[in-house]
Amino acid sequence: MNNTGENTIPLSLRLLLMVLLTVMAVGLAYAVLSLPAQAPGLSVYAVENINISGVSNPVTAVLLNYRAYDTFLELGVLLLALLGVWSLGCAGCQHQSSPGPVLDSLSRLLVPILIMVSGYLLWAGAHAPGGAFQAGSVLGAAGVLLLLAGWRIHAGLAGLPLRIALVLGVAVFALVGAVLILPGGQLLAFPPAYAGGLILLFETVATLSIAISLTALFLGADPDEEDAS
Amino acid sequence: MEALTQLQLAFDAVLGLALLWLAWQTLASPELFRAIVLFIAFGLLMALAWVRLEAPDVALAEAAIGAGLTGALLLTALSRLEPKNKSKIPHSKKPESEVDE
Repeated sequence: MNNTGENTIPLSLRLLLMVLLTVMAVGLAYAVLSLPAQAPGLSVYAVENINISGVSNPVTAVLLNYRAYDTFLELGVLLLALLGVWSLGCAGCQHQSSPGPVLDSLSRLLVPILIMVSGYLLWAGAHAPGGAFQAGSVLGAAGVLLLLAGWRIHAGLAGLPLRIALVLGVAVFALVGAVLILPGGQLLAFPPAYAGGLILLFETVATLSIAISLTALFLGADPDEEDAS
Repeated sequence: MEALTQLQLAFDAVLGLALLWLAWQTLASPELFRAIVLFIAFGLLMALAWVRLEAPDVALAEAAIGAGLTGALLLTALSRLEPKNKSKIPHSKKPESEVDE
């Protein structure tokens, strides 16, 4: 969007846009007004089956047990986004900066706290608000702070180890899902006895993958290539 | 109790109006740096709105991803756009973002 954009759109197009937007607004208003006043939705079933889900927080139960498939696909989307950024990003574009004293000492103070908060959110996800995505993004924020302060991944870790960490979440989901299918079960349908442990495993690997993906997105280019150039 | 409900209603009303205003300002701002800062502010208030709607899970995700990391990603994207766009978008002054240089 820039300053002159507003004046270059012809009047007829603007009228058309106005009509379309009005129709959409009316449709949305109608949809909201026609919602039933009390709609329990599927929350009743979510709470009813909480005992066999392995966790006591209904949101985590939905995300990692009932709809684990969706979370699996979300991790895939994040990985695809990173692949897209890596294929577009240029290694030479990265500006190397020297952090000021405030950023330097702030990141030293904050990064350990962020790591601890991330661990807490991961663990708390079983019984309270929290979980893999929140924990992963907090850990990712720690990574972004480190990058801002001039830290770069060790050259020996930038190749295969980094890639393994990135696909770890998707890989563990796919592997466990496949193993669960073998004895005649369904994809990602956890047996209740192992559900709690499996969810913790999934959340841990998902947290790691999400954090590293988000940090890598911030870097904007494959660090392996960056070193090579 | 009555007064508390009134206070909460007033808070919700201010929050809702502030969200709409911030959203509009974000979209209408010609200066990209300003738009990103407004977007981050929008994300933080949105997280507050999720708390008021009793959805703390969504609030956490919104604050961490919506306001925090998306803001950082947008700022890096802007800093990479900057050299190309310098001639097109007038900047009153150089934005002093941490990721800029």
